[in-house]
Amino acid sequence: MIKMQELTQKNGIKIDLVSGQKMDELTTMEKIRMILDGVRAGKIVILETGLSPEEESKLIEVTMGEINPDDFIGIEIETHSPSSSGNSTFLNKLMGRKSHSKLTVIGPANQIETLHKDEKLITALISQN
Amino acid sequence: MMGLLRQLRNSISRATDKLFSGSKPKRIGIYGPPNAGKTTLANRIVRDWTGDVIGTESHIPHETRRARRKENIEIERNGKIVTIDVVDTPGVTTKIDYREFMEFGLSKEDAIRRSREATEGVAEAMHWLREDIDGVIYVLDSTQDPFTQVNTMLIGIIESRKLPVLIFANKIDLKKANPTLIKQSFPQHETVPLSALDGENMDEVYDKIANYFG
Repeated sequence: MIKMQELTQKNGIKIDLVSGQKMDELTTMEKIRMILDGVRAGKIVILETGLSPEEESKLIEVTMGEINPDDFIGIEIETHSPSSSGNSTFLNKLMGRKSHSKLTVIGPANQIETLHKDEKLITALISQN
Repeated sequence: MMGLLRQLRNSISRATDKLFSGSKPKRIGIYGPPNAGKTTLANRIVRDWTGDVIGTESHIPHETRRARRKENIEIERNGKIVTIDVVDTPGVTTKIDYREFMEFGLSKEDAIRRSREATEGVAEAMHWLREDIDGVIYVLDSTQDPFTQVNTMLIGIIESRKLPVLIFANKIDLKKANPTLIKQSFPQHETVPLSALDGENMDEVYDKIANYFG
């Protein structure tokens, strides 16, 4: 389990790594608030287990409400799910369960740019504001 | 004379279908990223079956900033009538930068207004999807890479709601079009290539709509 950490570097880029355990403790709106507060502060937020489709839908909706010219233009989000990478656990396969675990990277749209994405690799460019 | 009789029989059959079906027409949302040709498709469907249009088409992204519904579109396939409501929705994205609109010649003031309306439109589209849509036509531009996060997320949201979905690979009239790539990216769903602008392959489009949403 990844512990929640914050890597702070002077003039650098801050990254929050959020564990699945931490995500389990939060409600949908708490998760969205945590993500958007982090991103609006210029951080890259990495979620160990990602969001459910319902939560992703709410994230888009709330993000739209927060966009304003010259301040916040929205988010860039990338996910890698076990279904796309063929990484489902043995137990999940046996039980016919779909794992919701999906590594998710979210950042300010003006600082993170996806350079390449396929089923097994995402290459992103993260720049300072 | 025979033609007149056939028309009369069709009208009576339509009226009785409506009276006794007891079910409301399904609301079919046209979703997809900005500039995929959603409004062009919605206009094509509505024009083909009612003679009307639903919205304004434009090459500037986010021309559609409000979801628009056209009710009771009656599509006739193989002697049967399938009635649907078509909901044309704003293109979904996770970011909107007003400066992009200025590249299309809009003044800063107009670009900011368009950006504000577009954000409201995207939120509205998401709300419709969660609350009021019975089936989805997901429109993609065949000249663009379909494997984007917004597409993956939206298809995931649609699947989680267990809504029937058809993927339309639009703009096959363009040289760079690669509808096969769209089919490969979403193999779990039916993909139909088409040009909403030229009306190419619309027969198959209507066959699939009738099969999926009828």
